[in-house]
Amino acid sequence: MNNMISLIFITIGILFNLLGCIGIIRLPDTYNRLQAATKCVTLGCCSILFGVFFHFGISNAGIKALIAIPILFLGSTVAAHALIRGTYHFGIKLGEKSVKDDYKDAVQ
Amino acid sequence: MRYITVFILSLIFWLLLTFKLTVPNIIVGAVASLICSLIFTRFFISNVYKLLQPHRYFWFIIYLVVFIWECIKANLDVAYRVLHPAMPIRPGIVKVKTTLKSDLAKTLLANSITMTPGTITVDIIDDYLYIHWIYVRSEDPEVYTGLITGAFEKYIKRIIE
Amino acid sequence: MTDFLNILLYIQIALSGICLYRIIRGPSIPDRMVGVDIFGILVVGICAIISIQTEKSFILDIGIAWIILSFIGTLTLAKYLTGKKLNE
Repeated sequence: MNNMISLIFITIGILFNLLGCIGIIRLPDTYNRLQAATKCVTLGCCSILFGVFFHFGISNAGIKALIAIPILFLGSTVAAHALIRGTYHFGIKLGEKSVKDDYKDAVQ
Repeated sequence: MRYITVFILSLIFWLLLTFKLTVPNIIVGAVASLICSLIFTRFFISNVYKLLQPHRYFWFIIYLVVFIWECIKANLDVAYRVLHPAMPIRPGIVKVKTTLKSDLAKTLLANSITMTPGTITVDIIDDYLYIHWIYVRSEDPEVYTGLITGAFEKYIKRIIE
Repeated sequence: MTDFLNILLYIQIALSGICLYRIIRGPSIPDRMVGVDIFGILVVGICAIISIQTEKSFILDIGIAWIILSFIGTLTLAKYLTGKKLNE
């Protein structure tokens, strides 16, 4: 039973990862790619780790998988934030479809 | 007092990570936690007595449920935008004012915004958050402030401040 | 059960191959860095699936260490993008 639940969680996670990777290929500029990829891949890997927790139960490995989830969340969100800020300062323009840019005044 | 709190928290973390209750393991963990508490206490929250108030944990659990729900919605939103043949995107960077004061609260708010549908935080300058939005739904500052921060700000205020 | 897990593992490895495509092809430097960041997160998923297959817990330790290392690496790359020195 536990194996079944863990397999379901891992499958959902890999579907989310797949969506993120399609996003990284299809979307037109860096900002949108980062946005789609970070959200999908982070939640996908958290789902996989949760499946691993279900497979091992409360034991050495299960607790480790559970600990990895908040570290992954905080790490990947802060990394994405630093990366998008770096991208803006590097001088990459927003995509062609953009409608608004309030950050330009703050940088100067 | 702050040093003792950091020491206890890192010792608990060590014991969870190794998952073995033997004497040598606890001694090694205590030494490592002591070094950690000496180096990293200056980054810890200033008022540790807030950790002992149970109603903050209650609001934290409610916040966690809301947060996971928003995460799943964010993923379905990204899936819709990526798989749609015409790719309905309308990106832009908007400026949002927040009423939170402490640094930890602002960081938590920025992290939450990064995981909600279609938004990612670019920078925090004083009281303003700069947010890249994949589909700018309105041009009016009051409307989009409510749309972006409204879901989380009240919970974070109750948890931290 | 094991076969299905194998298939999932191969899919995950193929997804990191897609990230490699973005790293090689990406028109600008930040695009490649996005690829590196996402690649680091996908490897954690690969570690988790292998730890189920082999029933060994130390592979999850590798996963946790990989999260922290890729986090620090991405922060360093982002700092390079903003044009600052590393000690600022």
